[in-house]
Amino acid sequence: MQQIIPLIPALPLLGFLLNGLVGKKMGKNVVGALGTSVVAASFLLTIGLFATLLGNPEPLQNNLFTWLQVGSLQVEFGFLVDRLSVWMMLIITGVGTLIHLYSIGYMHEDEGFHKFFAYLNLFIFSMLLLVMGNNFLMMFFGWEGVGLCSYLLIGFWYTKRDYADAARKAFIMNRIGDLGLLLGIFLIFQQFGSIAYADVFENAGLVDTASIGLITLLLFVGAMGKSAQIPLYTWLPDAMAGPTPVSALIHAATMVTAGVYLVVRASALYELAPETLAVIAWIGLATSIFAALIGLGQNDIKKVLAYSTVSQLGLMFVAAGVGAYGSAMFHLTTHAFFKALLFLGAGSVIHAMSGEQDIRRMGGLRKTLGTTHWTFLFGTLAIIGIFPFAGFFSKDELLAKIFEHSPLMWALTLFSAALTVVYMVRMYTLTFWGNFRGSKHQAEHLHESPSVMTIPLMVLAALSLTSGFLNLPAFTHAQWFSGYLTPLLGEAVHTMSVSTEIVLMGIAFMVAVGLGFWAWKHYQKPEQVPAEDEAISGFAKLSGNKFYVDELYNAVFIRPIEWFSRLLYTIVDAKVIDGLVNGLATLVSQLGFGLRQMQSGKIGTYLFLMVAGLVLLLLFNVIW
Amino acid sequence: MLQSIHSIPIEYYLILSSVLFSIGVLGVMIRRNAIVVLMCIELMLNAINLLLVAFSTYLGDGHGQVFVFFIMVVAAAEATIGLSILVLIYRNTKGVDIHQLDHLKH
Repeated sequence: MQQIIPLIPALPLLGFLLNGLVGKKMGKNVVGALGTSVVAASFLLTIGLFATLLGNPEPLQNNLFTWLQVGSLQVEFGFLVDRLSVWMMLIITGVGTLIHLYSIGYMHEDEGFHKFFAYLNLFIFSMLLLVMGNNFLMMFFGWEGVGLCSYLLIGFWYTKRDYADAARKAFIMNRIGDLGLLLGIFLIFQQFGSIAYADVFENAGLVDTASIGLITLLLFVGAMGKSAQIPLYTWLPDAMAGPTPVSALIHAATMVTAGVYLVVRASALYELAPETLAVIAWIGLATSIFAALIGLGQNDIKKVLAYSTVSQLGLMFVAAGVGAYGSAMFHLTTHAFFKALLFLGAGSVIHAMSGEQDIRRMGGLRKTLGTTHWTFLFGTLAIIGIFPFAGFFSKDELLAKIFEHSPLMWALTLFSAALTVVYMVRMYTLTFWGNFRGSKHQAEHLHESPSVMTIPLMVLAALSLTSGFLNLPAFTHAQWFSGYLTPLLGEAVHTMSVSTEIVLMGIAFMVAVGLGFWAWKHYQKPEQVPAEDEAISGFAKLSGNKFYVDELYNAVFIRPIEWFSRLLYTIVDAKVIDGLVNGLATLVSQLGFGLRQMQSGKIGTYLFLMVAGLVLLLLFNVIW
Repeated sequence: MLQSIHSIPIEYYLILSSVLFSIGVLGVMIRRNAIVVLMCIELMLNAINLLLVAFSTYLGDGHGQVFVFFIMVVAAAEATIGLSILVLIYRNTKGVDIHQLDHLKH
């Protein structure tokens, strides 16, 4: 089984090379089929590995070659496939395949079709390296690779200024996080003398706690950037400028969960740093609530989903922060399914609405978009946590773990979950219920998407319905997923009584059903359709304008940096550096001009100079 | 004969030779007439010759005198070429003032 490991990332890389180099000549059908089938093939191979690991949890290793050897630093280009990474690989290639398939329909009219598939394949390759590496450098390589693909795909329609700006914003904000990650890796090398997972995690106890605290905190800064946590979250909503399949794959299901993966992967270190865990939990919680509050006031269908993603990622970090890594992974999994579904559903809606993204112009779409409506409803029910959809199980497990840790955090998390119910049902109702509010032209063109787009929706809807059963509540003792991760994360501890758990679950369920029903009724009323941007006021205005965080960052960071850059430009660059260089040139040219005067051509002068030089040489000789 | 030469101290030869050489150098630097410049060069060469002969005699080593012959031959050849160039210059410029000769730049 070890031998097939390198094939899994190699296939998407092959797809990238073929689509990127000769895609233009191959025609759209070939490009789409090739791009999808390489990922599907990787998925099948991953299933093979998964089956092996199910039988025997012993991790599979494959060292291809020594990548770097500098001094005492030796880095293998090696793969580590254990139960955690194979799970991520299943999500990446599985959801990836569905989204590739969907993209064939969604991007069909686009000129950059082959470029799009090349980028998507490259993304899958990078993301696989990120989760499959057996050392921090491999992970960093993948980490930067997915960042690059994210940049390329957000700015896919780069001729629009806003989109190109959004891509740059995503890249730059990620760089800030990456710096933290990089420093963390440096510190790991300094402390452990190696960056291989095996060396680091086994010797975690030998390093002093202050260093561990710093390392974990720095790694978390990286996770903050990639997984869009406060204060580095503002890039993700802007990243919705990319095509919708990109939002589904990169900015909902896979790449943004890399931060959660990092924390779970390095859980051996995080376990030794309770302070860092507390920081993670509180930042996750703050992000979760704050993003949900913003989500309440957004009217762009994709922006709502983007803030919802930020909020859900926050929940995963809360779970990781209270030490419930398994629950974080479980929520990551179900979230990958239902959020990809919601994004693809939104894409189908946008497709039908001829590019319209504003939910104020939609309404009543359930009549024309049958499949999209049903699948979207499944996704909504899953995310708000209605039994028996996936979100119910993953969110309740998460809430139970948080309650064990701190009832206060539980209450706040529940608040965040309640907000999720409101903004999701609001969006769903405004889109699919009530009367159509778009233009006449849009109404005439309303159509259900082709089956190449609806099939992925249906598969994801089925997964959103069923994936929750992977891990039933603790009192049922039917926790397959917890058992699956036990060899890696240790036995999950349950201190909670059955009755407490049922009560907690009941509360969460009642909140979801009650608020959901209220919101569904509430937002069907015509007067509850959000007003135009100019007419809003109060909280709606605050939320709609994202609490002016972008403006704040602009004033606090960007303006001063621009001012400082201008200072550097006008004074240091234009005056000092240019002055130095130009001055040197002037000096040489003046000197040359002076010396040129001696070359008069007059024999008398030459003779005089010759003799004078001779005399000087003699004098010099005597004095020396 | 050797004795009479030896009765004159070597310093005298040195002083005479230096004076002759300096006159030559100054002449090359100051005078404008090309013929005088050539003569001054000869003067410098002969100052050296004198020095070589004097040392050769004092040290009883004939090599120095051989050198003098060489220098004389070279000086004669140089004077020949120099004067012939001078004749050509005179034909072209109707003068032998070296300060007028500024075509070497081109």
